Amino acid sequence: MGSQPEDKAVFDTESGKEMVKELRASFVAGKTKSYEWKVSQLKAMLKMMEENEAQIIFALRDDLSKPELESSIYEIGMLKNSCRLALKEMKHWMKPEKAKTSLTTFPSTAEIVSEPLGVVLVISAWNYPFLLSLDPVVGAIAAGNAIVLKPSELAPATSSLLAKLIADYLDGSCIKVVEGAVPETTALLEQKWDKIFYTGNGRVARIVMAAAAKHLTPVVLELGGKSPVIVDSDIDLKVATRRIIAGKWGCNNGQACISPDYIITTKDYAVKLVDSFKCELEKFYGKNPLESKDLSRIVNSNHFDRLLKLLDEDKISSKIVHGGERDETNLKIAPTILLDVPKNSLIMKEEIFGPLLPIIMVDKLEGSFDVIKSLGGKPLAAYLFTNKTKLKAKFVAEVSAGGLVVNDTTVHLAEHNLPFGGVGDSGMGSYHGKFSFDAFSHKKAVLYRSFGGDSSLRYPPYTRGKLRLLQALLSGSVLRIIRALLGC
Amino acid sequence: MEKDLGREITEIRECYRNGNTKPIAWRRSQLQALRSFLLDYEIQIFRALNLDLGKHYVEAFRDEVGILKKSVNLALKDLKRWSASTKAKLPAIALLSYAELVPEPLGLILVISSWNFPLGLSLEPLIGAIAAGNAVVLKPSEMSPACSSLLANTLPKYLDNQAIKVIEGGPAVGQQLLQQKWDKIFFTGSAKVGRMVMSEAAKNLTPVTLELGGKCPAVLDSLSWSWDKEVAVKRIVGAKYGSCAGQACISIDYVLVEKSFSSTVVELMKAMIRTMYGDNPKESHSVARIINKHHFLRLKNLLTDQKVKDCIVYGGSTDEDSLYIEPTILVDPPLESAIMAEEIFGPLLPIITLDKIEDSIEFINSRPKPLAIYAFTKDEVLRKRMVSETSSGSVVFNDAIIQFAADTLPFGGIGESGFGKYHGKFSFDTFTHYKAVARRSFFTDFWYRFPPWNNHKLELLEDTYGFDYFGLLLVILGLKRSRKTFHVN
Repeated sequence: MGSQPEDKAVFDTESGKEMVKELRASFVAGKTKSYEWKVSQLKAMLKMMEENEAQIIFALRDDLSKPELESSIYEIGMLKNSCRLALKEMKHWMKPEKAKTSLTTFPSTAEIVSEPLGVVLVISAWNYPFLLSLDPVVGAIAAGNAIVLKPSELAPATSSLLAKLIADYLDGSCIKVVEGAVPETTALLEQKWDKIFYTGNGRVARIVMAAAAKHLTPVVLELGGKSPVIVDSDIDLKVATRRIIAGKWGCNNGQACISPDYIITTKDYAVKLVDSFKCELEKFYGKNPLESKDLSRIVNSNHFDRLLKLLDEDKISSKIVHGGERDETNLKIAPTILLDVPKNSLIMKEEIFGPLLPIIMVDKLEGSFDVIKSLGGKPLAAYLFTNKTKLKAKFVAEVSAGGLVVNDTTVHLAEHNLPFGGVGDSGMGSYHGKFSFDAFSHKKAVLYRSFGGDSSLRYPPYTRGKLRLLQALLSGSVLRIIRALLGC
Repeated sequence: MEKDLGREITEIRECYRNGNTKPIAWRRSQLQALRSFLLDYEIQIFRALNLDLGKHYVEAFRDEVGILKKSVNLALKDLKRWSASTKAKLPAIALLSYAELVPEPLGLILVISSWNFPLGLSLEPLIGAIAAGNAVVLKPSEMSPACSSLLANTLPKYLDNQAIKVIEGGPAVGQQLLQQKWDKIFFTGSAKVGRMVMSEAAKNLTPVTLELGGKCPAVLDSLSWSWDKEVAVKRIVGAKYGSCAGQACISIDYVLVEKSFSSTVVELMKAMIRTMYGDNPKESHSVARIINKHHFLRLKNLLTDQKVKDCIVYGGSTDEDSLYIEPTILVDPPLESAIMAEEIFGPLLPIITLDKIEDSIEFINSRPKPLAIYAFTKDEVLRKRMVSETSSGSVVFNDAIIQFAADTLPFGGIGESGFGKYHGKFSFDTFTHYKAVARRSFFTDFWYRFPPWNNHKLELLEDTYGFDYFGLLLVILGLKRSRKTFHVN
């Protein structure tokens, strides 16, 4: 086998099995089910963030050159909100829900009881490595599960920080972190989990779901897609531009699942839009954006090369109307806008996940819905900027995506009363707020019957009369019931 | 065959893309048509169920036709409410914003049904899929051929053929269908096939609902009142043998009783079987047939082991020609025997005796999670423990199978018994995508959302996202100094 590269032992199938066994024993012992345990874990998570904010920010800077404000607000701030909301609402979420019963089961009472699924696996992504690791974990804890978290190896500083902090602050007998890449993930996927929560891309999602199928494990897949932005001409251009910029380059420099991917606008308006972008982009990031501290870098050279390939494709580089500068040493690409790229170009085929923003032009704005449909696949988000009520209504009725926002971008992420998740190629399942709790719960139906009030209707020997009465009962019609009872 | 299938699927997809299935009026018309079908063809349905499974028409009504009528009426009644958008509550700080959840159909649905309730398990998901505005392909089980062809030949007379298709066939056709791209697959059947369905679905990232089975136990506490004992035994016997002869995913698979109570239970059960089915149950035509020779032999084989045979206390006779197995009771067959290891799915009822009834919890927990757990008890403590210490799709106290008829309760499994749920509004939900829609106005904007960044903006954002209105006000008024300092340059 050879000598081990570091102190760390290899995490293989056997290790996976042992880990799941240990966690299952903790779960069966009831550790994770108690309200007090859940509260202690969530409070510990808050403490963890308070006491280590600087380290978290440094790790995100190492992995992504993420601006401190983005780390503070979008990663730490959002996670704090999740913890606080769960602490506030958990008792209410855990309460069984009364269900009405009808004549068919009369007399009876019923309720729906939330119970934890058991031992769950959370596989996280590299772009918001802190938030996307711990936000699902908050839901899993609130619902009472034992958890294994596998952070992304493409954000190694955050991954090892998470491993250390979770070991220091959370209950290690119930919540574990496994670091690593393909071999470790494979070893984990071979085990039997009660749920797998995956954030990432479609290719790996298929592997995750196929592995889950072997054990009949339900999954939540939070993926991505090409989130379009339709821009009308009757809007407050300055505000719209700023909001698009905030959603695109202000979110990890376009490396976010709900980042605006491309814009659709009318031929007449496109130039005005581009000018507005140029103006606002300079205000935000200065004349030399490659040097701005407020932009994340590209995560690694693979993705850097991938993005350059999109730009350098034949006939595409001539479409650049703004930006295009790159710094290979520091893995930085400046905010880049392209106008009128062909729909079959690479940049329009796959999710960009970077600071490149193509603008597609249409004659009439109503044509944008066909453009979106022609690209195929349902994205995670879709955005529309307009003041026209009819256009808003058509947008909501015709565009299918995980979530839609009118006159802004990405803000729906922060609204925890809205489920956050995809549809079709952008994923299945959802979370945030109570939806996180539900994602990691089994809703068990409980029906209470008494021994009184039994009728022979249901049982053999079967007769015509019983049939008539059953028919009457199921129809709910009192008259029919009386007639059946009277035998006429 | 393959070319035809591809063409049919393309046709359906076009139909869905044209928006034909979305209008409420279309959904209503289809549900009304389905209701008419159930009314007009009731006799033929009874006949088909009798042909395939030897089901008595009262059982057929109670378990399939009646339930379907109820479901379609509920869907018609609540269709408008279900398909309406619901507003989401927003925090006050999101001034002038508005958020709602908009239900939209998933698209193209594949429903793969089972042979034991061939009408019910085909049409119940169909009702939900139609109500949610989808186009549907239904593949009934080839093992119940009379029902399958009734559906294939008659439904096209009632429903919109371009949007709803019935495709008959066996595993080969099933495979072909699974290779197409669906927006959801709804499968009822065995865990073995369930795994295969999910593996195929994974290739296209298609979400699935799997309604599987398991060994559903009935825990029978030592009841003192004779009325209670009568009713409990009646419900157990009626559920076991009276619902497709035990060939139901929610059938009582085995019973757990205390040793001291077991002989009483056995005597009561024998008497009850005679009351319900007479001395010769086969003649009563009230016990369904075994579906086919394969399953008949499978069940017969469960009894060949001498150690198991010795445990039979009632019944045990079989008739291969008529695929009939007599209602049979066994007491304490060996736990490693096949009859206790696999889902029985037939009219054989093992009674397992325990020292204390509380031991049933550990017994159940040491086995895969079933679709349902039935507990007949008046003991409050035991009840609470059953709910909190076991896990199953559902729990029913003092009755069995009847949870199937309750449309306010989600019907589905967990673990080996499946995932996803349906019945009532849950059927609508299972074929719906709840799209989050948020609207902002151009008026309010938080100027501090945008770079270039500084401490002041950081503080403001923190307070905004933390919904700390007061803190926000103080910072804006300049009364609260930013305690944040940049850690990084």
